[in-house]
Amino acid sequence: MAASLLRVDKQAPARGFDPRALRREFPIFTTHPGLVFLDSGASAQKPRSVIDGIAEFYRSDYANVHRGVYSLSARSTDRFEEAREKVRAFLNAADEREIVFVRGATEAINLVAQSWGPAYLKAGDKIVISDVEHHSNLVPWQMLCERVGCLLVVAPTDATGEFDLAAFEALLTSRTRLVAVTHISNVTGTLLPIERIVQLAHGKGAKVLVDGCQAVPRMPVDVQALGCDFYVFSGHKAYGPTGTGVLYGRYGALAAMPPWQTGGGMILHVGLDHTEFQDPPHRFEAGTPDIAGAVGLGLALDFIESVGREAIAEHEQALTGYAVDRLSRIPDVQLVAGGQHRLSVLSFNLDGVHPHDVGTVLDQHHVAVRVGNHCAQPLMDKLGLAGTVRVSLGVYNDEADIDRLAVAIEACREMFLR
Amino acid sequence: MSSETAMDLRELYQDIILDHGRHPRNFHALEHPTHLARGHNPLCGDRVTIYLAVEGERIADVSFEGRGCAISTAAASLMTEVLKGKTVAEARALFAQFHARVTGGEAGEPPEALQDDIERLEPLTGVKAFPVRVKCATLPWHAFEAALKTGLAGDTVKTE
Repeated sequence: MAASLLRVDKQAPARGFDPRALRREFPIFTTHPGLVFLDSGASAQKPRSVIDGIAEFYRSDYANVHRGVYSLSARSTDRFEEAREKVRAFLNAADEREIVFVRGATEAINLVAQSWGPAYLKAGDKIVISDVEHHSNLVPWQMLCERVGCLLVVAPTDATGEFDLAAFEALLTSRTRLVAVTHISNVTGTLLPIERIVQLAHGKGAKVLVDGCQAVPRMPVDVQALGCDFYVFSGHKAYGPTGTGVLYGRYGALAAMPPWQTGGGMILHVGLDHTEFQDPPHRFEAGTPDIAGAVGLGLALDFIESVGREAIAEHEQALTGYAVDRLSRIPDVQLVAGGQHRLSVLSFNLDGVHPHDVGTVLDQHHVAVRVGNHCAQPLMDKLGLAGTVRVSLGVYNDEADIDRLAVAIEACREMFLR
Repeated sequence: MSSETAMDLRELYQDIILDHGRHPRNFHALEHPTHLARGHNPLCGDRVTIYLAVEGERIADVSFEGRGCAISTAAASLMTEVLKGKTVAEARALFAQFHARVTGGEAGEPPEALQDDIERLEPLTGVKAFPVRVKCATLPWHAFEAALKTGLAGDTVKTE
């Protein structure tokens, strides 16, 4: 099951996968040699190829896109559109017109909520989300519900942290218009069965949006195989620059959506009384885009491909197992359930110690983790927790990092629980 | 852990902090408060409610409830201890002194009468070396100040 969800061939070993060697590709670890970085789920560190590639683009190829007749502008446009093609290939989308560049997953979800939402939803319609959603895949739908009078329905995960497919199926009705769920929980690491969710949702005529922020940097993602209508992710969690992100939408869906933001670059013809808009993706890219950001995102995806997504998934899956095993053997550590298909993200608490205090002690040991509610307050309320300590992995992490984490947790116990 | 790391952490988590963090004093609601306010740190989810019983110019009783990290719990606990019996003016002067000491600001020469209380709060000044934790120490004080301002209107102060 895990293998099929992940599309990782268990027989193929991660040949030559060497986190220590990969770490050398990330200048941050040269600047901070002792750093144990376990917060890639919040934002990943950047490889040299991305950092240098962006600078090189500004030095050599930069001009505004889709505007100038001069050759430099044409070259810049080529680099920008080349990045779009890289994203298309990366997600295995059918057509590069299905790739819209945005500032991040948050903006992508807001785009769908504000463009598609009011055009297709009416009072009494239903939007289904899961109970492990990040606020960015919850609040835009709440706002939409208030605006058009539709209802937000929450599909539960069970006590083991697994998405409850039977409960989800029971919540679907002929009024369900949209299912918006995460691919991997940013708190528990639970991998959701997207293909099955899509089949069930489509069976009721509902569209499906998937938040791929945690999945894109660490496992193969094929939007056609998943069958979803929208797939979103942030570039900065995928080793790319901040301020970049992607909305994938099936062309038919995008073409039937009204513009969101308006301005330059997204119009065909402007008269004083009427404006005709471009087709997707340009219809949704008003204003000068983050050109160098898109180029940098393309380089980040090149980096991921050069390491190999199956190799990354296999490495992080093994390391997640190691971390779960290592932490569960420390007294007073309580792991938050993450289901059978947990990948790269895990949350825990040290019984009797506030996560904030744990975070400070870990930081003094140069172990960077995220503490708090992880933009998932409803999930914290459900679990009865004020917050958690979250560990999330990247290509540069190895077992030695987890061992350093364990030592730092022992120091917390020594300080607070002796 | 290097000895330097251990020392820094012990500056922050002194025994008195750990003790008040584990066993907070005056940790209950007041039955008949004259003032109350809530403090909320959205960053870490910490919440604290400060209750005051002010008689004339004097703080006759003060207590708190809530959940938070060792620093914010100890800060609230120590605050209730030093505020009990103070006049409102003395309490405000004490906050100004405390705030300056944890943020590295200037508060001028402290009044002689508050010297003992300032010393009592001294263990919390270890947060100065941990900028992201300063708000944990000041949250209960900000809530206290809000309570003085709003009486029973139940204002909420946020650190963000």
